[in-house]
Amino acid sequence: MEKPLTEHIKNDGTSLSLMEYENAGGYQALRKALKLSPEEIQKIVKDSGLKGRGGAGFSTGSKWGLVPMGKDVPTPKYFIANADEMEPGSFKDRLLLEGNPHQLIEGIIIGAYAIQARFSYVFLRWAYHQASKVITQAIQQAYEAGYLGENILGTDFHLDMSMHISVGRYICGEETALLNALEGKRANPRSKPPFPVVSGLFGKPTVVNNVETLSNVPHIISKGADWFKKLSITDEGGTKLYGASGRVKKPGLWELPLGTSLREILEVHAGYMQNGYNFKGVLPGGGSTDFLTTIHLDVPMDYASVSKIGSRLGTGTIIVLDDKTCPVGMVRNLEHFFAQESCGWCTPCREGLPWTAKLLDALESGNGIMEDLNILASHVHYMAPGKTFCALAPGAMEPLESALKYFKEDFEKHVHEHKCPWN
Amino acid sequence: MVKVFIDNKAYEVDDSKNMLETCLSLGLNLPYFCWHPALGSVGACRECAVVKYKDENDKKGKLVMACLEPVVNNIRISIEALEAHQFRAGNVEALMTNHPHDCPVCDEGGECHLQDMTVMTGHNYRRYRFKKRTHTNQYLGPFINHEMNRCIQCYRCVRFYKDYAGGKDLDVFAAHDDVYFGRQEPGVLENEFSGNLVEVCPTGVFTDKTLKKHYTRKWDLTDAPSICHQCALGCNTIASERYGSIRRILSRYNGDVNGYFLCDRGRFGYEYVNSEKRILTASKKQNGTLSAINKEQAIQEIREIIKVDKKIIGIGSPKASLESNFLLSQLVGAENFYAGITSTEGKLIQLVVEIMKGGKVKIPSLSEVEGYDAVFILGEDVTNTAPMLVLSLRQAAKNKPREQAVAMKIPEWNDAAVRDVVQEATGPFYIATAHATKLDEIATKTYYAHPDNIARLGYAVTNKINQQPTIVDSDEETEALAQSISNALLAAKKPLIISGTSLYNEAIIQSAANIAFALMDKGKNPGLVYIVPEVNSIGLSMISHQFLEDIYEKPNKDDDKTAIILETDLYQKMDKHNTDTFLNQYTNVIVLDYLHNATCSEATYILPAGTFAEADGTVINNEGRAQRFYQVHIPENDVKSSWKWLQDLLMNNSTPSVKNFDEVIESLVEVFPELQAIKSIAPDSDFREGTQKIPREPHRYSGRTAMHANTHVSESRPPEDPDSALSFTMEGYAGIPPSAITPFYWSPGWNSVQAINKYQIEVGGPLHGGNPGKRLFEPIENSNAIYFKNNPLPFSPRKQEWLALPLYHIFGSEELSAQSPALKERIPKAYIALNNNDALKAGIAEGNVLEILFNGEKHRLPAKLSIQLPEGIIGLPKGFIETAGIHFPFWTTLNRLNNV
Repeated sequence: MEKPLTEHIKNDGTSLSLMEYENAGGYQALRKALKLSPEEIQKIVKDSGLKGRGGAGFSTGSKWGLVPMGKDVPTPKYFIANADEMEPGSFKDRLLLEGNPHQLIEGIIIGAYAIQARFSYVFLRWAYHQASKVITQAIQQAYEAGYLGENILGTDFHLDMSMHISVGRYICGEETALLNALEGKRANPRSKPPFPVVSGLFGKPTVVNNVETLSNVPHIISKGADWFKKLSITDEGGTKLYGASGRVKKPGLWELPLGTSLREILEVHAGYMQNGYNFKGVLPGGGSTDFLTTIHLDVPMDYASVSKIGSRLGTGTIIVLDDKTCPVGMVRNLEHFFAQESCGWCTPCREGLPWTAKLLDALESGNGIMEDLNILASHVHYMAPGKTFCALAPGAMEPLESALKYFKEDFEKHVHEHKCPWN
Repeated sequence: MVKVFIDNKAYEVDDSKNMLETCLSLGLNLPYFCWHPALGSVGACRECAVVKYKDENDKKGKLVMACLEPVVNNIRISIEALEAHQFRAGNVEALMTNHPHDCPVCDEGGECHLQDMTVMTGHNYRRYRFKKRTHTNQYLGPFINHEMNRCIQCYRCVRFYKDYAGGKDLDVFAAHDDVYFGRQEPGVLENEFSGNLVEVCPTGVFTDKTLKKHYTRKWDLTDAPSICHQCALGCNTIASERYGSIRRILSRYNGDVNGYFLCDRGRFGYEYVNSEKRILTASKKQNGTLSAINKEQAIQEIREIIKVDKKIIGIGSPKASLESNFLLSQLVGAENFYAGITSTEGKLIQLVVEIMKGGKVKIPSLSEVEGYDAVFILGEDVTNTAPMLVLSLRQAAKNKPREQAVAMKIPEWNDAAVRDVVQEATGPFYIATAHATKLDEIATKTYYAHPDNIARLGYAVTNKINQQPTIVDSDEETEALAQSISNALLAAKKPLIISGTSLYNEAIIQSAANIAFALMDKGKNPGLVYIVPEVNSIGLSMISHQFLEDIYEKPNKDDDKTAIILETDLYQKMDKHNTDTFLNQYTNVIVLDYLHNATCSEATYILPAGTFAEADGTVINNEGRAQRFYQVHIPENDVKSSWKWLQDLLMNNSTPSVKNFDEVIESLVEVFPELQAIKSIAPDSDFREGTQKIPREPHRYSGRTAMHANTHVSESRPPEDPDSALSFTMEGYAGIPPSAITPFYWSPGWNSVQAINKYQIEVGGPLHGGNPGKRLFEPIENSNAIYFKNNPLPFSPRKQEWLALPLYHIFGSEELSAQSPALKERIPKAYIALNNNDALKAGIAEGNVLEILFNGEKHRLPAKLSIQLPEGIIGLPKGFIETAGIHFPFWTTLNRLNNV
């Protein structure tokens, strides 16, 4: 089983040096890419089927293809790696950032070349202190080795790269809020359309891609689109970093073929439940995805299959709910997080999420009434996709909506018993 | 035009708009908060949700925000669909979770957009049962009250204040449901347009602090359509009264002039009307003191004086209406009528009028200014001489960079997206002034110089454009600057030249005209805007050609014993010594004025003149637009329009009948046919909607019977208004009146200022029946205007002497508003400004007390440095108490006083 993303990552917690990376074939993809035209690279990436690993699952090649190309287009263009990994339960990009920084940097340079960007940024989560050291050093090494700066590898392609450490808001991971943050403005999401590929950072064409997405790029260029497609079990292409947290025997992170079943991840790789705990459900791709339960265990963990059964692959980092943990309490914690992380721009998110959190607080503290369940259900509807300005609140509603569906009785017990049955 | 379907009904509409604007323009009721016609769409509040359908077979549809939905052919939406209804009601429920529901004690109550929209959505039952989030309020200065708990986070305040008006000290802080709109710390809101927050805020977060001092509900106010009297731009206002005092000023929408907004001097400078210094009764000087006399007696006595004196002189005022000035000139005879301004100022205004009449270039209106894409300002500190022009210029500065957004096919109304593209970029914008100005922050390039050198730059620019005049001997730096300015103006689609009279320099005005002429001759379509000092400077200059010096310097003949002074404090205009001498020559000094002033002290008779609040009249703004203002109420004292007093004086046995306002205008245009247009700027006094007059009071006006119960219990008959189609009652025509006589905005379900939507043909567009006012000067084809050829010599500083120039202050330089308590708090202390190098050389530091000689007296004022005045020039604040009567510019010496 091939593990292109992680095979060279060391187990001792140190990162791959530039020399180690080069010895493992690093920066060969860049050399190859610079001999191709930007459009050719866009095509290879599009043909590979690579989809955004940040959670949205949009075709990376297609995104690049939307950037205006040619002489008479607004410049400078920008290329940004979204390393603001803030999704509850997610820790996959961290491994790539800390373990193999040059793989990411090479991916950014190739991506930047493919859209003819002049500047690039790594927008890093505030808490990733180790990654900030590693990336800073790697960028410096890349400059010294001639992979960054002017006339990269003797070509007429110029690219500068800086790392920007976020001040730490969940919403900064939303690509347009990220752009505002990078411009020094309030991290509110932007109105779409126009999309960042047309009007992004400082109003110029900009691509924002997730760390895992970009880390795939050098391998696709080196080994081809077909190779990449064949890596997956289902037809979406590539491998995926899957993670599991919660009361499983071996919480962790594994690079597996895209489309590996939820059951295999949990049973084979995570060792299933700890003794004394029974499986109740999972959030399959981070805090803003819908619960899946026992009946869903055989779902292939790819974008289309998880979507078909009413959830999302998201970041692919699974949060496991056991029977000794109150599902209402779990959702309450999540909604507290989302309510706090709302930027405050649109009404449903700004007002609806705190109200939701307060209702769940009331239920947990034994002060809930049956009407509260109706209001919670109406909030799910009120904050549905399209009704809010960005995807934060609809995402926040996913665990709530599915919890109300699968764990309705648990919610009702809170009302009837005037307390949390788990306390 | 395209076809759209709204609730299955087809409409032909403009496809450059969004669906919210379209619905509102069609007269449909669709709630909204964050959208504002002048600010565009951002999609924050989510209140204008509608259901959009793919086609006629799509029954389910999808919820979309109308403000972000472009109008496209055959688009189908529903406002009435249940899902849309429920969403909008639920959205109000959510945004009201933390609202204090304090409508009964809230200043916004009764004219609150939030109240209106809440009722419109149908939300009425509150399910939220938790504690509300609360905020601490801030002190924001004398104009604005802050009550953050009422905030519904629509973001309009910061969008107006920062994005539209260029303010720096109001922002949004914190996040999620703790979002806070205020200053970084409590303090005075610095922006000159802060008062618009009162109207922009959809609820009671930002309210009018001056109204709060004598609070009245909107429905209890008597309102009149008025014109701001505090600069020459003539912004349209709504002035409101109760119990005999003016309670507040609101913006009155005029799509050609001020649109939705006002400056803070216009909005808060009204308080002088209620001043204790108001002259309320006729008075007469007896035994050296003035005391009140019966008004009939006063008129009788003055008439006798006029009859006996063969020759009397009259001094008119640029603050008074055309009608008042005209009747005074009729009373004294045109040859004895003098404009109450200095000849320097008068001649400059005449020059401006001459250029405008010449018709070679377009004189754009205030709102048209927003459409120009390159600007060159010569000699005006616009923020302080014509504040609202700044608001238009700030929009104009974004036109050039906005082209990028157009190229990306981003609709103009999509404000957020346009701003993401435009960022902080501004188009070509050049400012040549005598010192640093606030607008410099958006300038491409600034040039600080002596007025003559500013004019020289203007001549150089003209030379670069079309070699008119052929030779200008400028230095290299000026040449280079002139080249880049002329390049920018020639490259622009619509270049705009701004100048004015504030530096008292003829050459600047001429050179500005030259540039515009040259651009015109090069096939461009330039605009030329002149700023003049007062609300009716242009009007007065069209009916009088003699000025104060003309009469001051004329030896008084024996039979020349009476002077009638209209709404002018001579001591503000001329120096004290000469004014004393002048007034002493007259046995009878009859003053018509509003506030007791130095001239009043020298009067033999005083007649209480009406301000804009108690008078009707016509004024002509800097654009040459004649506009009408109407009295708000009939006060319970002797105050009335000056023209009414003058008519009383004019009446004698041969002309016994009182003329009404229309008849005065009739006789005015007979004498001045070029003012013919003023007859048609508003409906006549006999105009009726059906059989009804237009009420000044809303139909919910309360307490009419009770308010006079202390004197008599029967309801008194409302006073008649013989001079206009407006009535002083709540009864009358309930629909939308002609735009020039619209006293307030109200429509069923729309109690707030946003009811204006119903008065416009399309939202943000012209009013039904057209925007009020008539322009007197339009471009003339094949105009024979000729280039000016008086390029002045370069300024050379003198040793030991400084040239003093006037420095203008939005708060303080205008005589009447400066006497309004709230505004007074914002007036800086008087000072002498000088150049850093000059100060260094003379050993002067910031704050040192300097002694200066002007008007024959020594004055002591503190030094103020670093406003980048050119060397050899000092600045004094214009129109302050300390600087009254100064004629700028003048040469002077300075002495530093030690340890004072």
